[in-house]
Amino acid sequence: MEALLFQIFSGLANGIIYGSVALALVMIYQATHHINFAQGEMATFSTFIAWWLIQNGWPYWGAFFFTIAVSFAGGLLVQRIILKPIEKAPVMTNVIVFIGLLLIFNAFSGWFFDHTIKSFDSPFPKDSALTTKYFSAHQIGSAGVLVVVLLALFAFFKFTPVGLAMRAAAQNPDSARLVGIRVSWMLGLGWGLAAAIGAIAGMMVAPIVFLDPNMMAGILLYGFAAALLGGIDNPVGAVIGGFIVGVLENLLGAYVIGTELKLTVALVLIVATLTLKPAGLFGKKVVVRV
Amino acid sequence: MSKLLEVKKLCASYGATQVLFDVDFTLETGHITAILGANGAGKTTTLRALCQVVKTTGSVVLDGTQIVGKSTESVVRMGVAHVPDGRGTFTGLSVEENLRLGAYSRGNRAEMEQDMERMFARFPILKQRRHQQAGTLSGGEQQMLAISRALMLRPKLLLLDEPSFGLAPLIVAEIFRIMRTINKEDRVSMLLVEQNASLALDLADHAYLLETGRVALSGPSETIKNDESVRRAYLGY
Repeated sequence: MEALLFQIFSGLANGIIYGSVALALVMIYQATHHINFAQGEMATFSTFIAWWLIQNGWPYWGAFFFTIAVSFAGGLLVQRIILKPIEKAPVMTNVIVFIGLLLIFNAFSGWFFDHTIKSFDSPFPKDSALTTKYFSAHQIGSAGVLVVVLLALFAFFKFTPVGLAMRAAAQNPDSARLVGIRVSWMLGLGWGLAAAIGAIAGMMVAPIVFLDPNMMAGILLYGFAAALLGGIDNPVGAVIGGFIVGVLENLLGAYVIGTELKLTVALVLIVATLTLKPAGLFGKKVVVRV
Repeated sequence: MSKLLEVKKLCASYGATQVLFDVDFTLETGHITAILGANGAGKTTTLRALCQVVKTTGSVVLDGTQIVGKSTESVVRMGVAHVPDGRGTFTGLSVEENLRLGAYSRGNRAEMEQDMERMFARFPILKQRRHQQAGTLSGGEQQMLAISRALMLRPKLLLLDEPSFGLAPLIVAEIFRIMRTINKEDRVSMLLVEQNASLALDLADHAYLLETGRVALSGPSETIKNDESVRRAYLGY
């Protein structure tokens, strides 16, 4: 019983990470209706920036927020410079560019910060009051960070005019232009937000898996599974999807298929969701009457 | 009467296919002007050209400012509201969110709340449907929403693309009655594109007749209505 509980709780802890990655994917999807395959590598690069700042004597939270700001600007620039020229191109063109971005950011991480594995300290130390029987302080802390991000995003999309404009631009770009929304900038904003969330996810992952240029490769797959399972257009669904994927992965890994086949869980979930329930568990089905 | 819009030698094309050929017309401030014509005459394209949604050449001067070459967003921000064919509703958003978006580029919250109440007073059904997803509205309700959304901009010029399309005659009569009120009370100038010529001529002060991308005839609605050839071809008697 104790072992089962432990597996579930550690699955939930992993779910936090998957949930944050899924959240970043959902962000880009909401803004652009594309899935950004470079999301993971962009997050890794951001994490390297944070690591470098901390190595150079910055306090953790200073580096944390500065990295978020830099990542936001970086995401915005990537959209403005690289993606804007192909805004009207077919989906496949975008996918190829995403894969190109993946390789570029992966190579940059290795080039600027080399390929050796680095340790990245958690801002929530082991002996702090947050530590409990089943969860480490870092797990509790990153869950808190995720909740804050989620609430902030929810408020942004629900209550601010810019958030509403972003949703409108994603849904119906032509009509959005006709009410005066600068659609292209909304896409840029979406990329900025996603890069910022990715950076947060990266900084929360790094203390667990250690920092290297390929840190996010496996995690991104779980993130995809979480985002699809929860519904690709629903931020809350993405986080819940993250928890489900985390727990399933751990339980199946421990009791059914063994740890080597864990990644398969993510792939099976992706295929199963897309065939059986394409909108995901919490995805919004758009109803149209004609 | 002052001129709100002056269009000269307007050409528009989709890719290699040219649709409008040297179209000239003017709109007077406060008037309703109708553009009539058969399918494919270029009516919708004329509205799209005014909003810079299609590739255009020529000259379109709104209140003394040239708008050819500006982005759609900038033209809208100058006070041109467009109710496109298919209504352009954000089907996945609520009625209220659609209205908010209409006033998005004005960025004045207090005025927006005020205007929204005015729209609800004019179209009470929208108030009942306030939090409903816009895609679930009936055709007539969606058209009312589209017009309200456009008015939330407090436009100088309202472009309407076939507001009668696909609606029951009673609903059409209701919508045209409200459009007349809006024109009188809010002094919004309108450019109306319609297939239903008799309906449009009853509402409009002035009309232009397009034939294959060229202006074939223009004049006050009364004159056009009594024109022998128009009567045969477009009014059917």
